[in-house]
Amino acid sequence: MAGPRNISVSEASRPVLPRHAKLKYDETRKVWVILAPERVLAPDEIAVEVLQLCDGKRSVGDVSDQLAAKYAAPREAILADVIVMLQDLADKGFLTEIREKTS
Amino acid sequence: MSDVTIPPSDSLAVLERQRSTAETFGIPLAVLLEITHRCPLQCPYCSNPVELDRSGKELTTDEWKKVLSELAEIGVLQVHFSGGEPTARKDLVELVKHATDVGLYTNLITSAVLLTRERLGELADAGLCHVQISFQGVEEGLADRVAGYRNGHRKKLEVAKWTRELDLPLTVNAVMHRQNLHQLPDIIQMSVDLDADRLEVANVQYYGWALKNRAALMPTVAQLDECTRIVEEARERLKGRLTIDYVVPDYYALRPKKCMGGWGRQFFNISPAGKVLPCHAAESITGLEFESVRSNHSIAWIWQNSEAFNRYRGTGWMKEPCKTCEFREIDFGGCRCQAFALTGDAANTDPACALSPLHETIFKQAEREAEGETSRFLYRNFAGGTLESENGA
Repeated sequence: MAGPRNISVSEASRPVLPRHAKLKYDETRKVWVILAPERVLAPDEIAVEVLQLCDGKRSVGDVSDQLAAKYAAPREAILADVIVMLQDLADKGFLTEIREKTS
Repeated sequence: MSDVTIPPSDSLAVLERQRSTAETFGIPLAVLLEITHRCPLQCPYCSNPVELDRSGKELTTDEWKKVLSELAEIGVLQVHFSGGEPTARKDLVELVKHATDVGLYTNLITSAVLLTRERLGELADAGLCHVQISFQGVEEGLADRVAGYRNGHRKKLEVAKWTRELDLPLTVNAVMHRQNLHQLPDIIQMSVDLDADRLEVANVQYYGWALKNRAALMPTVAQLDECTRIVEEARERLKGRLTIDYVVPDYYALRPKKCMGGWGRQFFNISPAGKVLPCHAAESITGLEFESVRSNHSIAWIWQNSEAFNRYRGTGWMKEPCKTCEFREIDFGGCRCQAFALTGDAANTDPACALSPLHETIFKQAEREAEGETSRFLYRNFAGGTLESENGA
């Protein structure tokens, strides 16, 4: 069945792009794009890096840890930025998340 | 060199809105493929030309595959399989598979009435990314009458359900006019109930078949105002749940629409017979020759160099009042097909513009038609149209 809607992104979320939103490098225009129904989005460099780490296994916290280590930047600032970007994508309907089975 | 610049404030800018893409006449991001004009429905506002391509003229499977490969190679990112009814082509699964293999994002724009669950599953397996289903109303009496097809509405509801069960995103496309605008609130609710991601509330645009049916379709100004109010309210209420795209009929606007983002700037489509067109109605403009993918020219060459694409590009072709108008680069004088249909010259200002000398006359005529009694349709078909019978069958 379809992934959940109305996602609220938090540190514990494990987001992933749904099958209808595809991250792709556009060889012609030399730019990363997200292909979605009737839309082509142009994520910036940081957004691309975050989305490449969002595999449905890593949590938003894990992703922020990795980026904080890579850029030797304060983790809290990175976490806040990552949540804002992912929430924006979720509100546009182009992000889903893996949830624990409750059974 | 990149022709795309991303404003620093928006990490997820919508690429289509980048001005630079339009200014370079770069290859469009998305292309509409009208793979057949055959369709079991007979909607009186069909966007296909009145002169339909017969099946014998359609590109073959191999020709379409070659087109898909070429599109991917020159930088097209998305293709919309449309028609006519694209599922009327037996090779649709094969074409979607090929598009996926060459890296294209695929949309299916369908009436849904010919689909089985099995075939939809095959399309999903072939990599189909998105399904858009047209609805003619919210209950079968009116919906089936508009489509000129019995039990179509019921089938559409079923296919919409399968689409979501297969985890494909769904867009409901609702074409609106005087005879179904009162159902808009229920159409919005139907879209939510069907778990659609997007709803297109598309008011009829009056060319080709729709122009022949204008007296039966034109909404009143009051109806349109109500429609806009309902859409705005629903957008707010359903934020994050349902995206609503809204197209208004330009007859009641003061400024014309920037049709196709400007002629030959951001869009082309390919007709069933392989003609490369600046818009799906372009063949209605007589006197323009359109190149075919069957010619010796590449698609990129046709886009860049063909006479038909260059004829109305930019602003050099313009006459007054467009020529010196401060909005000439904003709306490019509106729609060329509408200018041709209503004035006989595609280089005239689209009469939807208040600055056109014909605007008043046309507005008044539309208003009169909207208040009129005519509700009989001229149904779309290969025979040049069939008038609905008196008792509505």
